[in-house]
Amino acid sequence: MKILLMGNPNVGKSVIFSRLTGVHAIASNYPGTTVGYTRGFMKLGEDRAEVIDVPGTYTLEPTCEAEEVALRMLDSGDVVVNVVNATNLERNLYLTLQLLERKVPVIVALNMWDDTRHRGINIDLNRLREILGVPVIPTVATTGEGIKELVENLPKAIWQDTPARSRDGRWAAVGSIIEQVQRVTHRHHTWLERLADASVRPFSGSIIALTVLASAFLVVRFIGESLIGCVFDPLFTNLWTPVLGRLSEFLGGGGFLHDILIGKLIAGEVDFVQSFGLLSSGLYVPFAMVLPYIISFYLVLGLLEDTGYLPRLAVLMDTIMHRVGLHGYAIIPTLLGFGCNVPAVLATRILESRRERFIAATLISIAVPCAALQAMIFGLVGERGWEYVAIVYGTLFAVWIGLGVILRQAVRGFTPELLIEIPPYRLPPWRAALQKLWMRTYGFLVEAVPIILGAILVINVLHFLGIFEAIADFTAPVVTGLFGLPKEAVTALAIGFLRKDVAVGMLAPLALTAGQLVVGSVVLAMFFPCIATFVVLLRELGVVNMLKSAGIMIVAALIVGGLLNLIL
Amino acid sequence: MQVKTLKDLKPGEGGRIAQIDGGHGMVGHLAALGIRPGRRITKINSGFMCGPVTIEVDRAQIAIGFGMAKRILVEVEETAQ
Repeated sequence: MKILLMGNPNVGKSVIFSRLTGVHAIASNYPGTTVGYTRGFMKLGEDRAEVIDVPGTYTLEPTCEAEEVALRMLDSGDVVVNVVNATNLERNLYLTLQLLERKVPVIVALNMWDDTRHRGINIDLNRLREILGVPVIPTVATTGEGIKELVENLPKAIWQDTPARSRDGRWAAVGSIIEQVQRVTHRHHTWLERLADASVRPFSGSIIALTVLASAFLVVRFIGESLIGCVFDPLFTNLWTPVLGRLSEFLGGGGFLHDILIGKLIAGEVDFVQSFGLLSSGLYVPFAMVLPYIISFYLVLGLLEDTGYLPRLAVLMDTIMHRVGLHGYAIIPTLLGFGCNVPAVLATRILESRRERFIAATLISIAVPCAALQAMIFGLVGERGWEYVAIVYGTLFAVWIGLGVILRQAVRGFTPELLIEIPPYRLPPWRAALQKLWMRTYGFLVEAVPIILGAILVINVLHFLGIFEAIADFTAPVVTGLFGLPKEAVTALAIGFLRKDVAVGMLAPLALTAGQLVVGSVVLAMFFPCIATFVVLLRELGVVNMLKSAGIMIVAALIVGGLLNLIL
Repeated sequence: MQVKTLKDLKPGEGGRIAQIDGGHGMVGHLAALGIRPGRRITKINSGFMCGPVTIEVDRAQIAIGFGMAKRILVEVEETAQ
């Protein structure tokens, strides 16, 4: 049996999905968190049922890629659990009626039931059941209330013979249902609602936005640095260094195996950043340089997502985003990109037009450095002085704006206007927030770490075989002539295709000046997406647009790298 | 009865949507979010420099792009609260 969870965006489908299947789906407090579908299984009596978390949709007439996914899924389902936001019954029931017309058994989960009480909303459940003719179960997904009843009632989901109506006819029917089942009493504004109003007003909103973004950045830095300085670096220095020292002696201080496992000794010692062996830099880079920033970034991003601040930021940013051919909501994929470009490119599905998706995906992969890359930039460039880090970020920001303005003129099509629902502020559910942090950290550990180790292995083997020297001579005109980098830096650019964090790490042993390091970091960030992003871009944009996007990246990287080299 | 566009409505003012001057697509998008003729709405605030207008409809807040806000006509309620 195949159970589909369907409903308007941001009604808690993913939370119910996690409750039903035990599979954790990323949930946030903004419309459009789920853009693909997540699949899980649950026990239903003796049977095993498949449960699918479908992207949210307001109607069955899709307006963006995420909603098209929802519509395509509908035909494959045996039962639809229609998740409804009880505090917004009227708008949600429109989809319910559309689903009932589809000749598929439906059961309604009236979610956020707890919110109705303090919002002064009274819903006559029995009357609603009578009118719809299908089971209606009040639920509070975040606490688990009502989930058991929902599961028990799944077999009772029935197909109700409902006549197909026109759009106006459906709205009229919704209006009549609301009149019969819902009573609303007046109540006073809460402090969260006052804050909510203040954060979309132009003046107070801008101050709040600057405060939120600046403190988010500082908190990410503080937690990341503290984790490195107080936990991960001491662990490596105190526990791992002696082990590697012994191993190095045992392997005779050199040779093929030594070079691969431990790498080059720097002044007779193992150097975690410069040695570049599998067991030295191969472990230190992912665990002591990148992981701390992954944890701190996703902790802060998760809180921003769960409070409901991001859609408000989208409203404030709308005017600016239109200058680069996007609308305000594109800020959400962009912010996700600072964690990892892969989910960011996927998240561009919440944008309506192909043009917007192309611009957003291109700008993200060219000018938004992922957390791993940023961690390495902080580590290596930060060592030379924070003014250089500022140059890297300033350049990337200028590229984002400049390229956006060009793409807005050059790419055909139109950018629709912003039209989004702004969810109420909510206090983040701590357990769920930590769960989400763990999922994303785990994702890094199982997906990125093997590639990092693989990249370092490849580097060492190619070095040993002398292949890099041949490439270095071949590409010297561009690397040395245009970027002003030593010709060996081409190995870093090549490895950038696998992992950009490792690639920045490869610049460390080259004894670069601070200016060269800035040029290297910027070119690496812009030049080409890493392989994971490349695959997603290919899938989301198609071959032709992917090639266009990649072409733009290469040309832009050559120009910007060359200019920076001239200036610095 | 005074009719204004959503753009010209003052923050805090409310009224009923009289008419939406838009194509089938725009009317459909807005309707899906509960914004259609006859609905009572309250304007929360307008964005600056042609930014989006935020309104409240059925206890939900919706941000609407400036261009769309110009094409939504609202019958202003006499007793502005």
